[in-house]
Amino acid sequence: MKDVARTLADIVGEQYVSNKPEEVYFYARDPGLMPAHKPDYVVVPKTTEEIQKIVRLANNEKIPIVPMGAGMALTGLVIPLKGGIVIDMKKMNRILEVNEKARYVIVEGGTSHGLLKAYLEKNYPRLRHSIPDSPATATIAANVMIHGQGRLTQQYGFNSDMVAGLEVVIPSGDICKIGSCSLSLDWFSKGAPLPDLSGLFLGWFGATGIITKVALKLYPRKKMRDVDIFVTDRDDLVPDIIYEITHTEMVEDINIFAQPLPMIFKDNHHITIFMTGDTDEELEFKRKMVWDALDGFIKSKDGGFMSVSTAMKQTLLDMPQRSVSRFADVKKGGGFEYSGPIILVERYPECCRKLVELATQYDLAYSAMARIIGRGHCMMFGFSFTFNRADHDMMERARKALHEVSEYALAVGGVFWKPTVEEQKMAIEVMDPTTRNLMKMIKQNLDPNGIMNPGNWGVT
Amino acid sequence: MYSLKFHESLCKTCPTSDCLVKCQFLDLEKNEAKEEIMKIIKGQDSFVLQDCVTCYGCEEYCKRGNHPFYLITERREEKGIVTSPRAITKQWINIGEPRGKYQLGDIKEKVLSFGFMPECLQLVQGKLFDDVMPSYVFGQEFFCNVVYIHFATTSIIKERLPMVIDNFRKLGVQEVICMHDECYGSFAHLAPAYGIEVPFKPIHYFEYLFNRLNVFGDEIRPLKKKIAYQRPCSSRLCSDKHQFVRDIMELIGVELVERTYQDEKALCCGGIFGMAFGYELKHDVQQRNIDDMVEHGAEYCVFNCPACQNTLATKVAKRGIKPIHIIDLCRMAIGEKPVMEGV
Repeated sequence: MKDVARTLADIVGEQYVSNKPEEVYFYARDPGLMPAHKPDYVVVPKTTEEIQKIVRLANNEKIPIVPMGAGMALTGLVIPLKGGIVIDMKKMNRILEVNEKARYVIVEGGTSHGLLKAYLEKNYPRLRHSIPDSPATATIAANVMIHGQGRLTQQYGFNSDMVAGLEVVIPSGDICKIGSCSLSLDWFSKGAPLPDLSGLFLGWFGATGIITKVALKLYPRKKMRDVDIFVTDRDDLVPDIIYEITHTEMVEDINIFAQPLPMIFKDNHHITIFMTGDTDEELEFKRKMVWDALDGFIKSKDGGFMSVSTAMKQTLLDMPQRSVSRFADVKKGGGFEYSGPIILVERYPECCRKLVELATQYDLAYSAMARIIGRGHCMMFGFSFTFNRADHDMMERARKALHEVSEYALAVGGVFWKPTVEEQKMAIEVMDPTTRNLMKMIKQNLDPNGIMNPGNWGVT
Repeated sequence: MYSLKFHESLCKTCPTSDCLVKCQFLDLEKNEAKEEIMKIIKGQDSFVLQDCVTCYGCEEYCKRGNHPFYLITERREEKGIVTSPRAITKQWINIGEPRGKYQLGDIKEKVLSFGFMPECLQLVQGKLFDDVMPSYVFGQEFFCNVVYIHFATTSIIKERLPMVIDNFRKLGVQEVICMHDECYGSFAHLAPAYGIEVPFKPIHYFEYLFNRLNVFGDEIRPLKKKIAYQRPCSSRLCSDKHQFVRDIMELIGVELVERTYQDEKALCCGGIFGMAFGYELKHDVQQRNIDDMVEHGAEYCVFNCPACQNTLATKVAKRGIKPIHIIDLCRMAIGEKPVMEGV
């Protein structure tokens, strides 16, 4: 293995490779509940060529490799289950091109959402991207790889739906361009009108290749944003309320939350509605449309718009929002994890009830949080628990509760989002056999030596 | 259980029935108004119980010492008539529940009560408050709970207000300076109307400000501004103190523009209307109110209630009128810097 260390150092430079215990310790874990496993090496490449060399080395030596963004998924997707090399992408963080008129940006595979947001605000104030509510260090490539969601998801779908092209280093070490960029200098589409090959990589968690460049669609950034919160005490009405709001096509983002504390949130379901506009008139027009759409619920006293203080408004309008980190420390000790299946909006009431049932059964603090995807086409429903990392019993109870969530989510038609390895196995087990075989063919053909993030999507 | 002392004879012999005739949201002639209030007194159905928007105005319009709005609220609760969406009502009731997380300053015989309005903690600064601070209380344990008359849940008030008063009693305070109209109104008017004993003297903060400004009389620099006063709904619960607005403005050299919607005809901020009744009523009231401020040349919109300020500050600012709390305005007059200007 000494030769491997030497070779890696030759590729990336001495200071960008390490197998020191204090460094592999951190790369062995993520902030979630999954057990740690140490890598043998950590490398921090700066170029696509360096990544090609690392992948070729790994392929020749049959050494596992795990590409890593900021490691924020919480479900252990960057924990090197079989050891090997963790490729930390953070130094590949350049913004390569912005096409203002065609509204897309090309970034390197380690570029963070925070960096892109700041760059656009400074240089292209009329453009924005769909920023998720993960910490700002979360990387764009990893986020689209896990089919993340963001502020524009209600309007334009998963963040991965907004990809306009990819550059990927495949397990052979070759560079593969996906989308219009495969035959054009312009990165405007990840597929159409060609066969859409992005599905060979998106959602695979690095098990088929390493994304080194992403083109992302950008969208108009309006001058104003505002937020209203509609509350109801009837979970069964939430799907109808969402249907009415999405029918207006007036809103930017729709989130839902329900939690027992603080007291202001007890007993109710909060539908957070974000709106944008270039003028007061535009914003007010949209607000009126939304309020009018929900007027029937107000008149029947089944729901209403709550008063939102200036401070609460500022918190909600933050991008990304920081409220999740506050929830993560409710029990002190900074533990937080959620299972967030993608599921029909009509399942909201039963998901909420299941969450309360599990929180009661396992004596855990909880929060339900959902984000609407598309015009009510589905939602991410987060079954969230917070725990004290110093309390092993509490952590074990959280693990058990999340396991039950996984079983429940599958049973009611949900599909795991950024699943743990265990959840991936559960999904594969119930998957249509032909689909499973297709995935197997893809994995075997792209990664015959099984070096890419092994353990994930283990269809072979 | 405490019950409202309401005198039927006063309404029966009332020559005006102004409580309902003057209502800005219901259209009733004198005879019809008398008929409806008598129905309400007798516990019969009245459209007023369905249509009242909870502006509190009738509490001021009645000059005979009865409490028509408290009665309407009682009857609504008895009949199960809800004014606001259930979720909103629950939310407000939950917010006010005592949690043992109150704050006490260095308690003296005279104490400032911030109730449960955190904005007041920021506002109360400077030498106007030197003679009482840091003697203060803050938290649900000292929250008057009177806001629940908006939600037709007097039962919560009857349950919690005696405990709140008892919390003051345990502190041994003699005078409580109330930083909100509802707080003062609850101790000075509502509690007596329900036979709840108040073992201290409530003082409205307007009166306190007026007296303190007089102490600093030489330091007052007339502000020479034209202002519109945003009178809150809760001011109707203590209309005996409304005159202090004019008195204070005169003292600090501010011109209160004579606009359509002021004093008895004031329009509230619309915050409760939005929560309870939706867009149309809220928007209409806010639009008329702010248009009126603009048309009468107001440079500042002066707030009394922090909730009104939260609801209207941005809207008035967008029309070119500076939002400011009355405390900040008074502090400006004695050369201090406002803390919440523009908020």
